[in-house]
Amino acid sequence: MLSAEEKAELDRELQQYPARQSACIDAMKIVQRHRRWLSDEALRDIGEYLGMSVADLDGVATFYNLLFRKPVGRHVVMICDSVTCWIMGYEKLRDTLMNRLGVSLGETTSDDRFTVLPIVCLGNCDKAPTLMVDRDTYGNVSPETVEEILARYK
Amino acid sequence: MEKPLTGRMRSDGEPVDLQEYERAGGYQAIQKALGRMTPKQVQEEVQRSNLRGRGGAGFGTGLKWSFVPIGPDAPRPKYVVCNADEMEPGTFKDRLLMERDPHQLIEGIILTSYAVEAEVAYLFLRGEYTLAEDTLARAISDAYRAGYWGRNIAGTGYNLDLYLHTSAGRYICGEETALLNALEGKRANPRAKPPFPPVVGLWGKPTVINNVETLCNVPHIIRNGADWFRALSRSPDGGTKLFGASGRVKRPGIWELPMGVTIREVIEEPAGGMQDGYALRGLQPGGASTDFLTTEHLDVALDFNSIAKVGSRLGTGTMIILDDRTCPVGMTLNLTHFFAQESCGWCTPCWAGLSWCEQILAAIEKGNGRSEDLGHLEFQTRFFGLGNTFCALAPGAAEPIQSALKYFRQDFQKHIDEKRCPWKG
Ligand SMILES: Cc1cc2nc3c(=O)[nH]c(=O)nc-3n(C[C@H](O)[C@H](O)[C@H](O)COP(=O)(O)O)c2cc1C
Ligand code: SF4
Ligand code: FES
Repeated sequence: MLSAEEKAELDRELQQYPARQSACIDAMKIVQRHRRWLSDEALRDIGEYLGMSVADLDGVATFYNLLFRKPVGRHVVMICDSVTCWIMGYEKLRDTLMNRLGVSLGETTSDDRFTVLPIVCLGNCDKAPTLMVDRDTYGNVSPETVEEILARYK
Repeated sequence: MEKPLTGRMRSDGEPVDLQEYERAGGYQAIQKALGRMTPKQVQEEVQRSNLRGRGGAGFGTGLKWSFVPIGPDAPRPKYVVCNADEMEPGTFKDRLLMERDPHQLIEGIILTSYAVEAEVAYLFLRGEYTLAEDTLARAISDAYRAGYWGRNIAGTGYNLDLYLHTSAGRYICGEETALLNALEGKRANPRAKPPFPPVVGLWGKPTVINNVETLCNVPHIIRNGADWFRALSRSPDGGTKLFGASGRVKRPGIWELPMGVTIREVIEEPAGGMQDGYALRGLQPGGASTDFLTTEHLDVALDFNSIAKVGSRLGTGTMIILDDRTCPVGMTLNLTHFFAQESCGWCTPCWAGLSWCEQILAAIEKGNGRSEDLGHLEFQTRFFGLGNTFCALAPGAAEPIQSALKYFRQDFQKHIDEKRCPWKG
């Protein structure tokens, strides 16, 4: 079942749309904010509330970069691998990050602190290379400054 | 030089708030249009201004609005959607407009809604733009409290609801009909066209979809008139334009300049030229899906028709710079990887063709290419043309591949002959 808090947040979003299904992205984002990722159980809970099947929700969820159908760590680091960041040193930054955290792209550190994922252009190309941690965007990231950034997330 | 779009922005990077926006003449266009102009007159003023869509395709904005059925017999409700998905690699202009001057966009959305007699407007924002999300949410509620949207706007009896929808990250959602499916909570595949959204759109109702920058121009056109707007431009397309440059230039960024400035003017002046030790090899004039141009095109004017004449597209107006120390094959591979990954999978030439092109490019880049691969790439990308696919993703993906083969062919050949990437030690 959705928690009372999840329901209250979702009810606010539902006012925006003439049909309940239309709120499914909002619903998945809200539930993910509370539970970190979208398990089958989470999709069942959302489906019951919106009148949608788990298969339909799964079809939508797997379409999007920011909806996680697998467990993730406490913080998600998303590193831009698109064209300008690639020109400006993405590969070196990625390798530094992976060495430092001891994971590959798509993996979570053993202390559950970080999951590292590739992401498409973050619209911050004048400050390439760019990455995001949770809701925060960082530009002009170098192998040297990435350490300071990570230290802000416990 | 006048900078209607960016002139009010604060130097400390904070957003222009409601009071500042009003002091600078903001929301006066709403008073003028809703009080003294009919919806049709608003449409005509915008049509006369020669404002062309800033989302990439350059479609006439007033013309698009004129396809919406209007009057008492029109289907209801009607919708306006602001396309703020901005996910085309190398594009970062709408972010600036939303983070720094949110009321300008809100006023544009309200005016557009009035012009087509819409009763609901959605702002479809990409999920990663969290600062824009917070800034817009606050500005939307400030504008509501000031009576600029909601019931009986400015005492005229016109009603409009305005909602902010944040997406969850997928490039294809920026394609206007995929965006409609995304808003309806469906898997975001593009729709077959026709019918076009101004006639059959969101939940089957007439819907106008415009880009952020397009909408931001509307208040200025209404306030200052179509003639003023056309005079801002050095070309037949009206207005100023946000131009950008990223890559190895001295000062990457976004600047508001007259439509029709040359590529050279942008690269040499605001962008400050190339970084020391780097030379210009080529550029994509308007984002990842536009054809490469080279140093022979530097004096081409940046407007829709001039760029098309030399075989590329103005696109989003944000240039990606290729320098002489970056491998053009590697860059083409990076671009093709993006499009192959983002293909929604609906049409075979797109998803199967793109992943095949990506494999060929990867092989060439690694030193495993064969001479006949270049012909295969040329042959394959011909099937990506409009007409073979449901949307413009595949045609857009073909542009960098075809133009790279044309302008950087010797680099491809060198990879094949030397069986390695000459840029890697
Ligand atoms: C794959 C794809 C992605 C697109 N992404 C965007 C986008 O992020 N923002 C945008 O305004 N237009 C985007 N477009 C163009 C839209 O389909 C549409 O033409 C545009 O929003 C219309 O607005 P305009 O007339 O104001 O330019 C995209 C098109 C395609 C084919
Ligand atoms: S061209 Fe590609 S992205 Fe567009 S509808 Fe077809 S498969 Fe989907
Ligand atoms: S290419 Fe990385 S932010 Fe645009």
